[in-house]
Amino acid sequence: MPLIFRRLAAIPPLVVLIASLAFFLVRVAPGGPFDRERKSASPEIERQLMQRYHLDEPLWQQYGRFLAGVFRGDLGPSLKYRNHSVTDIIAQGLPVSLTLGLLAFGFALGIGIPTGFCTAVWRGQWADWGISLLVLLAICVPGFVIGPVLVLVFGLKLGWFPVGLWGSPLHAVLPMVTLGLYFAGRIARLMREGMMQTLQSEFIQTARAKGLSELRVLLKHAFRPAVLPVLSYSGPMLADLLTGSFVVENIFQVPGIGVFLVNSSINRDYPMTIGLVMLYAILLLGLNMVVDFSYGLLDPRTKSSQ
Amino acid sequence: MFPLRIVSVAFPLSARCRIRAQLPAPQFCKVFACLAMILCLAGCRARDRATLVILNGSEPETIDPQVCTGQPDGRVASALFEGLTRFNAQSGQAEPGIAHSWEISNDGKIYTFHLRTNAGWSTGDRIRAEDVVYSWRRAINPATGVDYVGQFFYVKNGEFLHTNRSAPDYTLLGVRALDPLTVEVELENPTPFFVDLCAFHTLAVVPRQTIEPLGNEADQWIRSKVLPCSGAYQLDDWRLNDRIRLRRNPHYWDAANVRAETIDVLPTESPTATLNLYFSGQADFIVDNRSIPTELNDILRTRPDFHSFTFLAVYFMRLNVTRPPFNDARVRRAIAMVIQKRRLVERITRMGEPVATALVPPGCGGYEPPEGLPFNPEEAKRLLAAAGFPGGRGFPVIQYMFNAGGGGGSRLHEQIGVEMQRMLREHLGIQLQMQPVEWKSYLNEQSHTNYDLCRSSWIGDYNDPNTFLDLFLSTSLNNRTGWSNPEYDRLIKQGNATLDQHKRFALLQQAETILVRDELPIIPIYYYRGLFAFDTNRLGGIYGNLTDHHPFGAIYRKDSADTLRR
Repeated sequence: MPLIFRRLAAIPPLVVLIASLAFFLVRVAPGGPFDRERKSASPEIERQLMQRYHLDEPLWQQYGRFLAGVFRGDLGPSLKYRNHSVTDIIAQGLPVSLTLGLLAFGFALGIGIPTGFCTAVWRGQWADWGISLLVLLAICVPGFVIGPVLVLVFGLKLGWFPVGLWGSPLHAVLPMVTLGLYFAGRIARLMREGMMQTLQSEFIQTARAKGLSELRVLLKHAFRPAVLPVLSYSGPMLADLLTGSFVVENIFQVPGIGVFLVNSSINRDYPMTIGLVMLYAILLLGLNMVVDFSYGLLDPRTKSSQ
Repeated sequence: MFPLRIVSVAFPLSARCRIRAQLPAPQFCKVFACLAMILCLAGCRARDRATLVILNGSEPETIDPQVCTGQPDGRVASALFEGLTRFNAQSGQAEPGIAHSWEISNDGKIYTFHLRTNAGWSTGDRIRAEDVVYSWRRAINPATGVDYVGQFFYVKNGEFLHTNRSAPDYTLLGVRALDPLTVEVELENPTPFFVDLCAFHTLAVVPRQTIEPLGNEADQWIRSKVLPCSGAYQLDDWRLNDRIRLRRNPHYWDAANVRAETIDVLPTESPTATLNLYFSGQADFIVDNRSIPTELNDILRTRPDFHSFTFLAVYFMRLNVTRPPFNDARVRRAIAMVIQKRRLVERITRMGEPVATALVPPGCGGYEPPEGLPFNPEEAKRLLAAAGFPGGRGFPVIQYMFNAGGGGGSRLHEQIGVEMQRMLREHLGIQLQMQPVEWKSYLNEQSHTNYDLCRSSWIGDYNDPNTFLDLFLSTSLNNRTGWSNPEYDRLIKQGNATLDQHKRFALLQQAETILVRDELPIIPIYYYRGLFAFDTNRLGGIYGNLTDHHPFGAIYRKDSADTLRR
């Protein structure tokens, strides 16, 4: 337990470090938040705006202001969407991105684990070849191809699901599949490998020799060690799913925060970029920690070395 | 916010501690399913369909009518806030708004507007002359940050008050409330397009009662729980990157003719998503013509529900006249004379755009632009030789700067660059290099005139040639070519002070001739054609017009709301 606290205690300084790096890096890019195609009628406007958002102060002073804000939990206003604060935008978009990410995570596990399990059991048979081919396709075809194809077939032709937006469970289906399919494929392969290796172990032979039913051998004895590689992969996978949904949010017009992360840096929306980088840093650090600990729970051998 | 999320992500861990003895997978699934359901409830809020769903292009940066500049922003702001006049849906010209009539003095400098007695804020209060005065004074204050503040420079003392930093007295602004229903506006010069300007969102009436308590600089007033609106609609909800929900303003003076009860304005960054939502019936109207991918123009414009129309916008090249070789007008003219504009519109843009030899689109406010330089490679070669580069010898390699990925997410600007590359090489022996840059760098380099040749476009704000011609005044921050010409400045100033429209246009034509025949800091390429999509059997009140204004208040459904899908 104390280890958990030590690891937890390390997160805040790391996040501040990452945020500070982000703070200085975003300013390296040319142009600023108030560069527009249509210039204002007088330079006075831009000067006033710079002053209002403290962009006219020396950088170290802005940095101090920023740090003070972070400790108060105030990430400042978005410089692009000036009627909204960064915290507002995150509070609006994060539940959506988290829901989508977790649904895709569930989809990837729910499809990937049984598929990998079955192909390992049926190895060498036609079903194995057929399914493995599909798995390979899922891994190779990128989301920006799968998404529009799903929209075309299930949205526009069959009319089963909405083609975009967010609001009901039906709206989540196509984005979830698009986002989760690649990971389902990766998991199926990991699971298959794991099962194949485990099935060749001596303790499986022992279990069979003791006359246990094949189903019991597979489910009770082989499954648990075989799922370990999947578990260690699922941490980074969840992080990927929660943070990497830019393409999917764009295709399906999902109001998450993935779109903001990309666009805010294009727009030089400094507070927004830094706020989202901090958020993602927290998510990644937290998830990595969860994975490290859950690994110990599943496999007692790793626990002693922690 | 963050710690809470961490707890929820960490939840499976603590749950797992208790269930170690059992098989992990099914337990994990249960925990996970619960978590997903909780989040699903939080993340997916039930969504009812509005009477009208409009695809509006990119997310508005702000919907403060005075501060906003983008077209998508302006469309929403104009639905919420109205000024003395408003744009007619059919003609795009100004018609009476909050003011039912006005008189203009003989010298064209004093306008007396009479307000309607039934013009109300959405909260039920009356809109009074004082509100107009307050709104305009707010806009002129530099602290408000109104980019379009130049539209107030036609009003007496507007420019002086805006640029004067030492505690200006805003009561000097040439706008007065004579009585609660009469506004008198005094102008610097007779301005024939002033009534058109009044319909623009920058001059709209904003609620003093909400803004003042929050402070003039507050960006947050627009998101107040109770927001008094002066336009056809009021703001129900604004979820960034999701939707803006508008509801009919029952106290709007013309509420009887506003027929759609609710409107969802959807932001769509991706053209694919825009078309998907439209074709699946989740949206009714694509109002933003930049949301339609140019690659599909050929196919889409033949459909009965896609309508193309001409509007006031021009695509042109800027030339940096501050450094060689484009500091020589002969070179600039030569370049302009070898670009086959017809080829560009026929092969690339493919919307039947008229080619442009002048800056101002024909018919803009009744003005006819002068004839610019024609395609004439022989003359171009002669000019280039006269400038010291016979056959292109000794001519430096030119960079063509454009915003990569711009033009509706397509490769429009790049394709145009490739064609120009060939034309310049073939006719003049000039090497053109592509210089794709990211959007903000593009703006930055342009502002600092740090480029050779770059693409540009301009959309007219009101139906008068001045909206284009004032770009290239030497004082204009939108000039960005380094070009200045005292004669041009003088002609524009003199023209705009002339009351007789006929004489005025003649002066403006003289000025534009300098711009597009003699000096050419810019090369006009083509005039835009807009494309929007809606089913004429289901929607009405939408018209293509020169100013590209499609007021939401005029749009109505022809089919009954019960037959709506989804």
